[in-house]
Order: sequence, then structure tokens, then C-alpha cells
Amino acid sequence: MALLEVTGLQVEFDTPEGAVKAVNGMNFEVNEGETLAIVGESGAGKSQLVMAIMGLLAENGSASGKALFRGKDLMKMKPKELNTVRGRHIAMIFQDPMTSLNPFLSIEKQMTEVAMHHQGLPRDEARAHAVEMLRAVRIPDPEERILQYPHEYSGGMRQRVMIAMGLLCEPELLIADEPSTALDVTIQAQITELVSELRQETRMAIILITHDLAAVAEISDRIIVMYAGEVVEAGSVDDIFYRPQHPYTRGLLASVPRLDRVSDDELQAIPGNPPNLLELPSGCRFRDRCVEAIEQCSEKPPLWVSADGRVSRCVMEMEGGAIEPASEEAGGAE
Amino acid sequence: MNSGVELKDQGLEIKDPFAAALAAEDIRGRSLWVDAWHRLLKNRAAVVSGFIMALMVMMVIFGPMLLPWEGDFTDWDNTSTPPSAQTGHWFGTDAVGRDIMVRTLEGGRISLLVGLVATLVSLVIGVSYGAVAGYYGGMTDRVMMRIVDIIYALPFMFFVILLMVVFGRHIVLIFVAIGAVNWLDMARIVRGQTLSLKNTEFVEAARACGVDHQSIIRRHIIPNLLGVVMVYVTLTIPQVILVESFLSFLGLGVQEPMSSWGALVNDGAQDMESSPWTLIFPAMFLTITLYCFNYIGDGMRDALDPKDRT
Amino acid sequence: MTKPVMRVQDLAVTFTSFTGGLLQRKQRQLRAVDGISFELHAGETLGIVGESGSGKSTLARAILGLIKPGRGRVIWRGEELTGLDEEELRQKRKELQIVFQDPVASLNPRMTAGDLIAEPLWTFYPNMERRQVDERTRGMMKLVGLLPNQINRYPHEFSGGQCQRIGIARSLVLNPRLLICDEPVSALDVSIQAQIINLLKDLQKKLGLALIFIAHDLSVVRHISDRVMVMYMGQAMEVSDKTNLYRKPRHPYSNALMKSVPVPDPKLASAARRNSWLTGDMPSPYQRPKGCIFNNRCPYRVSRCKVDVPALRKMENEDWAACHRAEELDLSI
Repeated sequence: MALLEVTGLQVEFDTPEGAVKAVNGMNFEVNEGETLAIVGESGAGKSQLVMAIMGLLAENGSASGKALFRGKDLMKMKPKELNTVRGRHIAMIFQDPMTSLNPFLSIEKQMTEVAMHHQGLPRDEARAHAVEMLRAVRIPDPEERILQYPHEYSGGMRQRVMIAMGLLCEPELLIADEPSTALDVTIQAQITELVSELRQETRMAIILITHDLAAVAEISDRIIVMYAGEVVEAGSVDDIFYRPQHPYTRGLLASVPRLDRVSDDELQAIPGNPPNLLELPSGCRFRDRCVEAIEQCSEKPPLWVSADGRVSRCVMEMEGGAIEPASEEAGGAE
Repeated sequence: MNSGVELKDQGLEIKDPFAAALAAEDIRGRSLWVDAWHRLLKNRAAVVSGFIMALMVMMVIFGPMLLPWEGDFTDWDNTSTPPSAQTGHWFGTDAVGRDIMVRTLEGGRISLLVGLVATLVSLVIGVSYGAVAGYYGGMTDRVMMRIVDIIYALPFMFFVILLMVVFGRHIVLIFVAIGAVNWLDMARIVRGQTLSLKNTEFVEAARACGVDHQSIIRRHIIPNLLGVVMVYVTLTIPQVILVESFLSFLGLGVQEPMSSWGALVNDGAQDMESSPWTLIFPAMFLTITLYCFNYIGDGMRDALDPKDRT
Repeated sequence: MTKPVMRVQDLAVTFTSFTGGLLQRKQRQLRAVDGISFELHAGETLGIVGESGSGKSTLARAILGLIKPGRGRVIWRGEELTGLDEEELRQKRKELQIVFQDPVASLNPRMTAGDLIAEPLWTFYPNMERRQVDERTRGMMKLVGLLPNQINRYPHEFSGGQCQRIGIARSLVLNPRLLICDEPVSALDVSIQAQIINLLKDLQKKLGLALIFIAHDLSVVRHISDRVMVMYMGQAMEVSDKTNLYRKPRHPYSNALMKSVPVPDPKLASAARRNSWLTGDMPSPYQRPKGCIFNNRCPYRVSRCKVDVPALRKMENEDWAACHRAEELDLSI
């Protein structure tokens, strides 16, 4: 059984311009010990997707669908129940660590309290555990540094502290929403390395959310590419990087500036702008930015699914795939 | 005048697929104000309050004209009569036979006027003072804010009594007294906002474009702090009305035959046991007004500062 | 070679802060920019790369006079900017412009795109006719790839990439000769970054701009720069021609920055990672290491690095590096 199984997930926001569907029928699962990357531009709905699962949607948002965590539906849980799951079984890390840390409390206080509350450890044990976690995320002199306040840490160190806090309760699932986007490349590289070590050392499942395919190349098992609230392609890392099916995935790959190749004069970009959910084209949602668009794209593209879990939503046939007869909308409607 | 800027199109091809849209008509923008207005309209409490306040304003302006009584007319046949349609005194009369309804409405004129004018005074002084202090910072800021502190330290009541003693009791003095104290809060709030706005990237960008200080304050600082100011204004109006009521209650407010809600409540409170209606009606009007302004203020705060924009 | 349009000589910016209580106030000096010199020619692009805290943004602001430098000179077309008063400097903004990092935050949310782009015109040409301003604004929008019929829209109605285009249009509306781009793409989606870089490159060619392009990522500046300066803690570690730098960096820090660029290839990525060795954070700016400022993170350090400060020395082909071992190390990629 999958650790997390999401079916027919829809997220809708009530805005002055009308209802906006940020996530339009998502199905995916995360297995134990697996790292899943969800990739897409801003407006793809990737953050809203996990916010909905975690019950953290903004006030004007509403979600439907199922999100079974160890067989229990997170979407049907009461806030109190969900809180326990969030603290103990699923941890979440956000893009800006400063907003999630209390600037008035020392790291020691913040971490020890979490451990005492969720695991019921006595204070000194909780503290020792916190130090151990800081050591696990490679913070030098954890005994000393745990006494400091968030502002005394650099950006990269703060993100490490966030990860350490996430790991405190030894969660089964870690969700990281753009954990290194706001950081320097050098620090990004360090965080990437840290995550890759954690993957090997623990049995924890990880969901990584990012707009940069390059950032997850090394550290994910499977990748879901999202566009305008829908899956456009999904598959294993090798599938996505070496055999991309969807023009959008290819565009994302080509737009990464590379140092390991001879440079062209022009960088490859995906033309146009990230999707505006209020002004989507009919048919294929990516059609107005797609360099390979043809006439048939004005109709709703089929969803190709293969036996080994590859998915592509495009008029072009996917090798070894069959058209899924009832697409997710059916699942989302119930 | 020749501007010296080349106006020729530098002729770069646009790679946008919607090239046809080039010839299309201008799209209308939707400003943050319009957004906030729409959010406010969705707030039922604020909309109902706004409606009631509009009604209230109409009533206090036109009501006294339509009623058969004058505010200072004494109906000797009906002194201290309870509300009744028969006598034509729907809200009853007071001990000297004056119609409570017309007095309440006329008192409303004064109360609302005091609220509006005093707030307006504090708005104009406070915003310009605070924006200047916050924007220029340094010594200017320090001196200006110390002045505010000094005025703040003066006991308000002492200040009012002093004014009354020197100039005699006059309605204008109430405006002056309340306005003189209220702008201090406004100046502080505006200064704080300006300090944080001054460091925003768009102000730096304007500076980098060569925009002069005055234009930066006018175009970039003030429009961005208006939201906070507007919320504060709607919360200040009821506060000012209350202060005026308090002054009137102490006998320092408006003078007979003029009246205000505060003065009426004061009168009514003295006859509370024998003729409670003289207290109930003005108090009701006062309370409704205070509630409405608070709801409108809350609604505006929510509308202007949405926690999540999607 | 032609005369450079801009010469920056030994520019330094120091921030002073106070710590401690009222009675034992201690003054702390933060050397944000510490003796930077370079020359820039018309139509040339200089890339400036470094981690956050390396002083690259402060340098940009000091060049433009938005921050007063503590030492050094900025000479712009024969005139010393560092000696000008506020009003004279303001007049120079017609020629020197900047594009900011956060496209959304650098636009006033209460002004329309058209007003934002036209604002510099209002400022410097107050007598310009309204029709002319409108025409010029629409022309600029077209130039940067925005639809002119969106002139009345507000920043929040545009995407991040479009907002950055507004920012670029705004800074080019006065026909400047130098444009400084302070991390113009780091807040954008990767898929959109290339659009903006290509746009800037196009515009530079068309308008003959001198460009200073700041980034924290060496891969981003590669396509647009002619020369690249690598900064660390306020100092220049290396200034090299683009082709030389990306083929064979001279300074271990440049090499480290290149290695940390993620590679979109699962197999190569893990191989690259094994060679990555830039550990730890930048030291606190208040406790600068003695000797070479990079020595505590440098894998190639020798005892000399902890004592002597390496000067920025000229290598072959107009390349410069501040490393004692620049000649002997082979850091070719």
C-alpha cells in the first residue's frame, strides 16, 4: 500500500474575478522511502496541491478529492486530528525559513518544545534529541548553536534548522516546498547534498516541490510535471530527463542554463508567460506556448498511461501507453 | 518643446503569439482599490453598516426639516410624556416638553459633524506630518516626533478646560481640541508606515529613476499608506464622537439650545427613572453609529489587507 | 582599444552599526565593498557573480550613487560621479539606470504599467506632451515584448516575467547608456529566465548599452557577459574574459561556484556532486579571516594563504585573479 495516495484532488479559490481552479483533478501516490518531485512554473498549482493535503489552504480556498495517508483520508480529518498527523507523521518545510521560525525564541526552545509536545519526551531528552538532529543536518557545533536565535543563522543554516525541526519527530513523509529557491547556488548545492544523504540514511518519503528541474535531477525517484493545475507528464527520473514525452517537459529541460555544454548564443526559453488560470486556452492548456502545437490541440488532449506508471497528456502518442478512458475529472466529481 | 528623447520605435520584433492583439483596444486595469472595494462589498456586516450609516446621515440632515417640531420648541401641554403617536412625539418629550426625536436628530448633526471635521483635521495634519517625518528621517524625524511626544504628554482634559477658560465655550473649540489631539496618533501611524515604505524596493527604484523627493512622497508613499489611514479614519470617527459625548457629559461640550448625542444622554441620564425614553433614544442612535463605524472599519481592514492573494 | 565609458577605481563602501547598551556602545564596521576596480566599454557586458553577502548589490548601488561610497572613484565618461551633489547626480540618472531583483516588489502596486514606465519621462521632461509620453510608453512596451494595450493594467495583473519587462522598459525609457541589472532573473521561474536574458541581450545590441549584469549563479551570466567578475566578501577574486573563465577558472572560488550549478542530468549530477567541496558558509563579515579572505573554505590553501593577502594580479590574456596559487593550480573544467 502506498504511504500517501491522492485521487481526484481539486482545489478551487474564490477570487473577485470568479472561481479559479488551481488544481484540477490530481492523482498520484508516494511510496515509503520514495522521493517524488513535483515540478512546474508558478501558477501550476503545485504548492496549493500540498497545502490542500495538509489542510493549510487559504480562507478563500476549498478542496475536494481524497488523500489517503496510511489508508486514512486527510481531507476528512478534523483539524485536531490533522494537527497530530502534521506534527508527527508528515513534516513540512517552506521556501522562506524565516517566516516559519519564531524570531523571539532560541532554536533550543523552539525545537525542544516540538519534541516535548509531539513525542512526550522530558526536557533534557528532548534537548539532546534536538542537538542530535542539528548534527544530522550538518550544523557545526550544534551544542553551541542551539542556544542562538534565528537571526544569528545564515539563510542556508536556517533552512537546515527547518529541516532538522521537520525531522525531529521522525516523520514518515517530508514535504519541502521550494526549500532552496531563495538561497544561493552554493547553499542550494549543500541542501541538495543534505537531502540526498537523508534519503539514503532514513526510510522517509519526500515530496519536493520546485520550478527548477535541474535542482531535483539527483535527488528524486519519480517526477510529476504540472501545468495549470494538471499533470502533463509523470515518470521516473530517467524517463523525464532522458526520454521526455511532453513538449512542456522538454521546454523546461531546455531552459535550464548549463555549464557542462558548449553555449549557444540564444538561451532556450519557453515562450509566453506562466499560465493565468483565468485566461486558459481551450483544449490543451499549454497550447498557446507550445512550439509543437497543431490543429488538434484545440481539443482536449488525451491522457496516456503506461503499465509502468508513465503519464503524458498530449495529442502525441506516448510509446507503450494507452489512452486512459475515464480521465481524472470523473474521480474528482464524486 | 523638444524633449530630446528619441521617439522612434526601436523596432524589435515581438515573439508573442498574440501579435494580433497589438491593434486591439486598451484593456482596462483593475486597481488594488477596485479589488478592495469588491472584497468590502462581500462583507455583509460592513455593507449593512454602510447602508444604516447612509440612512442615519439622511435622517439627521433632513429629518428635523420634516418634523413638525423645532428643537427648542416647548410643548407645555406635553412635558415628560412617553413616546406616543397621539401626541405626535414619537420619541416622547423631556421635562420641559421638547420633542426628543427632533432633538436626537439635531444632536446627531453635531455629533457626526464633530466626528467628521475633527477626523478630517487630524487626517490632513497627521498624514502630511507623519509622511514628512518618516520619509526624511534622521534629525528632521527626531525633532518632529519629539514635538509629538511633548503634545502627547499634555493632559487632554486640562487642555480642553484651558481652551474653554480662555476662549469661552464654543463648538469650534471642540473641533480644535479633539483634532489637536487626534492628529498625534495619525502622525505616528503614518510615520511608522512611511518608514517601512521608504525601504521598499519600489521607492528605491523610483529614486534610481531620478524621481524627486516630493513626487516620491506624493506618488509612491501616500497612495500606499492610504489603506491604513482609511481604516484608522473609520475607527477614529466613532472615537471622536465618544470623546465629544464625554465632554458634553462633563458639561464641557456643546451648549444649549444646541445639543449632541452626548449632551442628550447626559440630560436623559438625570431623568432616567422618571422618563427613561429621554435616555434610551439618543443612546440608541449613538450606539448604532458606533457599531456601524466599527463594522465598516473592520470590513475595510479585511478588504484592504487580504492575507492571501491568489 | 577605445576609451572605457566607465572606470571604477578602488571603490569601497563601509556600513557602521552600533551594538551593546547605551553606555558601552561599540562600533562595528562592515566592509561591504572593499576596493573594487574595473573598466567598462560601450556595448560591453560585465557579469558580476557572488554569493549573497558578497557585496555585489551594494557595489551596484554605490556605482549609481544610491549609496555613498566611503572611498574610491567612479568616473563616467570623463566625469567623476563620486564628487557630484544630489541634484547633479539625479540629472545623471538619465544615463545610468538599474533593473532590480524582485520584479513585483520594485513596482509600485498602485500605479499602472503605463504610469510606471512614463514616470521617468514626467520627471525629466515635465513639459512633454501627453500624447508624446503615451506614444513613447507604448513604444517601450512593444520593445520589451509587452502588449501596448495592457498599458492601463496594474502590476498584480502581470506575471513575474512581465513585471520584469515593465521594470526594463521603465529603466530604458530615458535612453540610458549604462544599465545595471541586479539579479534580474533570480526571482523568476527557470523557464522564464532565459526570455529575460535574451531580451536584455537583444536590447543591448540594438541600443548599444553598456551592461553590468549581477547574479549569484555563474550559469546565468554566461550567455550575456563578455567579462565576468567573481566577488567574495566585497573583494574581486577574479576578473576574466568569459571564454577563459568558463574553460579554465583561475580562482578556486570561481571553480567552486561553477561546481555548485545544478546539472539537469541525473547521472552527471551525482558525478559532479562528488567533486563539489565548497563547504560551510561565508564567515561573518565582522570577523574577516586573516590573509586571503577565502582561505577557510578553500581546499587548495597553503600556509601562506593564512598570512598574506593575495593581490588581484594580471594573468595572461587580460585576466585577473587574486590567488597566490593562480598560476600553479589547474582548475580547467
